[in-house]
Amino acid sequence: MALLDICNLSVEFATAHGALKAVDGVDLKLDEGEIVAIVGESGSGKSVAMLALMGLLPWTAKVTADRMLFDGQDLLTMSAKQRRKIIGKDISMIFQEPMTSLNPCFSVGHQISEVLAQHFGGSRRSHKARTIELLQQVGIPAAEARLKAYPHQLSGGMCQRVMIAMMIACQPKLLIADEPTTALDVTIQAQILELLVELQQANGMALVLITHDMAVVAETADRVVVQYAGQQVEQRAVKDLFENPRHPYTQALLRALPEHSQGELLNAIPGVVPGQLDRPVGCLFNPRCEHVQEHCRQTPPTRNEDILCHYPLPLAGQKL
Amino acid sequence: MNQPLIKARDLHKYYPVKSGFLQADKSLQALSGASFDLYAGQTLAVVGESGCGKSTLARLLTLIENPTAGQLTLDGIDVSMAADSATKKQLRQTVQMVFQDPFGSLNPRQKIGDILQEPLIINTNMTAEQRKQEVLTMMARVGLRDEHFHRYPHMFSGGQRQRIAIARALILKPKIVVLDEPVSALDVSIQAQVLNLLIELQQEMGLAYVFISHDLSVVQHIADQVLVMYLGKPVEQGASEAVFSNPQHPYTQALLSATPQANTERKRQRIKLIGELPSPLNPPTGCTFHPRCQHATAQCKTITPEMEPRGDVSVACLLVK
Repeated sequence: MALLDICNLSVEFATAHGALKAVDGVDLKLDEGEIVAIVGESGSGKSVAMLALMGLLPWTAKVTADRMLFDGQDLLTMSAKQRRKIIGKDISMIFQEPMTSLNPCFSVGHQISEVLAQHFGGSRRSHKARTIELLQQVGIPAAEARLKAYPHQLSGGMCQRVMIAMMIACQPKLLIADEPTTALDVTIQAQILELLVELQQANGMALVLITHDMAVVAETADRVVVQYAGQQVEQRAVKDLFENPRHPYTQALLRALPEHSQGELLNAIPGVVPGQLDRPVGCLFNPRCEHVQEHCRQTPPTRNEDILCHYPLPLAGQKL
Repeated sequence: MNQPLIKARDLHKYYPVKSGFLQADKSLQALSGASFDLYAGQTLAVVGESGCGKSTLARLLTLIENPTAGQLTLDGIDVSMAADSATKKQLRQTVQMVFQDPFGSLNPRQKIGDILQEPLIINTNMTAEQRKQEVLTMMARVGLRDEHFHRYPHMFSGGQRQRIAIARALILKPKIVVLDEPVSALDVSIQAQVLNLLIELQQEMGLAYVFISHDLSVVQHIADQVLVMYLGKPVEQGASEAVFSNPQHPYTQALLSATPQANTERKRQRIKLIGELPSPLNPPTGCTFHPRCQHATAQCKTITPEMEPRGDVSVACLLVK
């Protein structure tokens, strides 16, 4: 049985201009010990989908799904109290800005032991040894001395390590990392990604990596989900996707990378991601797609072999 | 070849830092010893981690601050000599800047037309009609439509705002544009559009770009020359192809190997950099990179390496022969 099984997840926000569909029919299946990356531009609903899973969205959001199972338990029907026992313990999440996700008023030792006290009981003090062990595990030097440090005394990379220590404190089965390295320098980014993969392998966690950086995906993930304007447009094994993208958006995204350019100019995708009020009829990508046909402008495509396109690009060695 | 637009010789910038009551101020070496020449139509990329002095260099080049030591010549005029305000004003028109965050760099209370006209009001004697014409021409050039003239910044997406910021920088027809991480806040598909626009504008107007970035794949694409900095000091400098194909300094090598690549085939041996950037208030002795360098020897802890030519590039490392 899959660890996580989401089917047809949609999230709608009530706004002054009517309902905004931030996530539109996302499917995600995840096995234990698997790394899945969710890629997309801003506004593609990648973070919102995961926040919906965590139950962290504000009351204006309307979450609907055919199925949302975690480890055999139905997250849709369970009470808030029951869900609270799973969230933070079996599923935990790392956010983009390490500096703002930690509480500036408490020492990092306090904040980590708080997680342990919440889920395992006992006093914060009784968890001191485990806290030190966790800090060592994420590679913080002089861990014992750092227990009393406040977030402002640590660098961005160190803060992200503290966040990771906090999230793996309960040995979660699923870790969701929302752009964990976007705010960090490249050398620190490499360290953090390596740490995440190491921990993932050591603990057998499943890891969902939300990112917009294709290069990070290529180096870490097993499987990739590409999202565009709230819809899931392609879902494939990472090697297949990079070698032979089937959805025109994925292809265009890969071509836009500077290292894939031929000549001086880059292969930019014309236009912008549609907003709430200018969503096109038919396929949402049709105004920017270079393979667009009349049919695409009329009818929204349905998902076929995990590709949301009327005319998916052919497999290598195969002609249309 | 004609004379360089920017001629920087051994630029230094120190900031005094208060260390407490009755204690002498310390000095923070934000930038020590940057030298380069930049010609019209060329791009110099400045690369490094946060805190390496990239933005300080940008502030010196745009005359926001004066260098503590060293010589800076812009368009043939020595900046330290240009004491009178008229020359300075004219110099400032030749250097313009585009900032990283397109959401923070535009005044939310001003319409796009006003934002773009402001430099013209301050620096030229054009009539209102001429100004409007100038602004509309520039807007069309960067891919904005005429009806955007009366709109406010919040009505635009990140990519469009960066186009506005570029239009604002170019409206006075500068010769040098300093681009401080111009595309790092943008999505991949928009990033490519803005980079293409920058490349086209450079070819058309013969601009010299100082391109500050930490994204090496972007730098590799756009730069002619590269300057790699670490803790305020240049460590490697040279033509883009030479630096990327054959990095000499251990820091450049580590930086290149840390940059992820969109390639699933290659599982590379990554050079691991241990630890983080030391505090610039208390830099390590000798070579500032030695605590993180895997090749460091006893010599590196005592002797400070100088920039020396090694083949096609200049490198500041004792071990590079």
